[in-house]
Amino acid sequence: MKTYQKLGLPLAALASTVTPAMAQEALSLDDRVNAAFATFTGPFVSLIFAPFPGTNFPWIVMWLVIAATIFTFYFAFVQLRFFSHAIALVKGDYSDPNDAGEVSHFQALATALSGTVGLGNIAGVAVAVGIGGPGATFWMILAGLLGMASKFTECTLGVKYRNEYEDGTVSGGPMYYMSKGFKELGLPGGKVLAVLFSIFCILGALGGGNMFQANQAHAQISGIVGDYPGWITGVIFAAVVFAVIVGGIKSIATVTEKVVPFMGILYVGAALVILAVNYNLIGWAFGQIFAGAFTGLGVAGGFVGALIQGFKRAAFSNEAGVGSAAIAHSAVRTNEPITEGFVSLLEPLIDTVVICTMTALVITISQQLIIDQETGNYVLNEAGTAIATIGDTSGVALTSAAFGSAISWFPYVLAIAVVLFAFSTMISWSYYGLKAWTYLFGEGQTSELVFKVIFCIFIVIGAAASLGPVIDFSDAAIFAMAVVNITALYFLMRLVRVELKSYSARLASGEIRKFVH
Amino acid sequence: MSTKLLIGLDGHSSGERALAYGEEMACQVGGCELLVVYVIEWSPYSFQTAEENALRHKRREEEIATAMERIVTPAVTRLTEAGLSASGMVRHGNVADTLNAIAVEEGATQIVVARSTEGGFTKRIFGSATANLVMEASVPVTVVT
Repeated sequence: MKTYQKLGLPLAALASTVTPAMAQEALSLDDRVNAAFATFTGPFVSLIFAPFPGTNFPWIVMWLVIAATIFTFYFAFVQLRFFSHAIALVKGDYSDPNDAGEVSHFQALATALSGTVGLGNIAGVAVAVGIGGPGATFWMILAGLLGMASKFTECTLGVKYRNEYEDGTVSGGPMYYMSKGFKELGLPGGKVLAVLFSIFCILGALGGGNMFQANQAHAQISGIVGDYPGWITGVIFAAVVFAVIVGGIKSIATVTEKVVPFMGILYVGAALVILAVNYNLIGWAFGQIFAGAFTGLGVAGGFVGALIQGFKRAAFSNEAGVGSAAIAHSAVRTNEPITEGFVSLLEPLIDTVVICTMTALVITISQQLIIDQETGNYVLNEAGTAIATIGDTSGVALTSAAFGSAISWFPYVLAIAVVLFAFSTMISWSYYGLKAWTYLFGEGQTSELVFKVIFCIFIVIGAAASLGPVIDFSDAAIFAMAVVNITALYFLMRLVRVELKSYSARLASGEIRKFVH
Repeated sequence: MSTKLLIGLDGHSSGERALAYGEEMACQVGGCELLVVYVIEWSPYSFQTAEENALRHKRREEEIATAMERIVTPAVTRLTEAGLSASGMVRHGNVADTLNAIAVEEGATQIVVARSTEGGFTKRIFGSATANLVMEASVPVTVVT
């Protein structure tokens, strides 16, 4: 509570200094930013989310799910077969003690998770459940389990084809495996895909990795301290991010990186407490999830609506197939690239199957979603686009209300968690975007500074714009990355299978064995 | 077979006392081999940013070079100039675990360390590196005050 006051009072004080006339002007500035942004990004969003002819099913959702399914079968359910091995790798059982001080598997996983665990798990799930009903959770879990194979594929390639420079630094990611992997196989077009991916990665970094975070952080703060112009939050966030990524004030990022995991544990812990207190409703909640998954329980678009929302938000949350994780995981020190693939498959499990499910269960159990008692179906809002909620909340506000209905003070903790998650995700994505930027425009201080300044400007735009256009653009940009990345993965997955066969054989023969620590 | 003593340094003046004691012991025993070790505290379970990860290998090399240059090499030079057989190494890891692991790996008969310099909260929660070493070591440990 005290921590919240420290955070909230300066913002409230800042907001109170805005006169009515200024506020009017500020609001209209938000509106103008919003309108201009929606107009500018509309065609791009429409293309990415275009439905299959004659249906309302976006092709991009099918693209992701089919890819995850293909990878799952192609690698013979690697996510199940090597699950315990992945845990052993993260524990360090296979780490050479002489490599102590290098990036460990745990650290690479934790860093990648700090980029994915965040608002997607809190706000994104609320969006999915708010529109698609509890049934969306089922599809989200399925997408998470399948997505483990996509993550495995891209992260193995990320380490295998990373650039290791003479000074000891590394750069990795899809753009490197596209250009180098295609060349190795004698295939044309690798460079073109790499350039396309880099462009979309920059847009993704500015969208989901930046604007969505700023937008929802503002929604959370204003939900507690009262409404005030979004650009104020944007400017504050931009200033702090600028201090870290341009000013080099590492202590802010270091503190965040240490606090965020504890906020994540606190969040899951609070969800578990709520579930434990309402243990008699858990069976009912799972009933709603299963029934909703196949019938929709009255949500817009029926069960297809639930499915689309579940798959979309899972992909947005765990980023499997998107390619971002391949950038984060490529820094690990290992002679076996595939080991990082095994470790990375834990990411969708933690992010989606565990944390997202917790959020969805709490929202369902808290009964914030209004149900027609006669039919048992969910009641839609006036626009007919989403489920009506108590207090007409959506996104992070819905999650906050759900937790708040059980633990009255938790919205304050959640506000801090949202701000920290948003911040850590921004820092992670500023790096992903920067790697794509430097791939396109070359390394160099001026080039890097240009990207970092653009990144900070988009924080202000994201905080000022309304949720609809921001979430559409964020989804579209991140899914555009997946279009290019998965195309490349189809061509390169046979290289991963060679690695997998070789590693499996050596593991079985005892050539690869645990180190005695 | 010569006696091998492992001297753990911590970069502080207390480490100097451990070094002096090890030197004295080696002179008394005779035919003694000295191994000077400096462990950079490091946990594979700490949290880092993506950028820190990308730079980690480079930083590790720099950390090892700096520790070697400022702490280990001067100590080894001092011992060899005193006519003793000495070598040095720098490792990353948990100080107590790593010193013990090296002692076992190198066949050291004894570890010489100084009393810990940590204090306050960290010491209360996690114990001192020296206390942990004394509790966990597989070979005798001499703690110099």
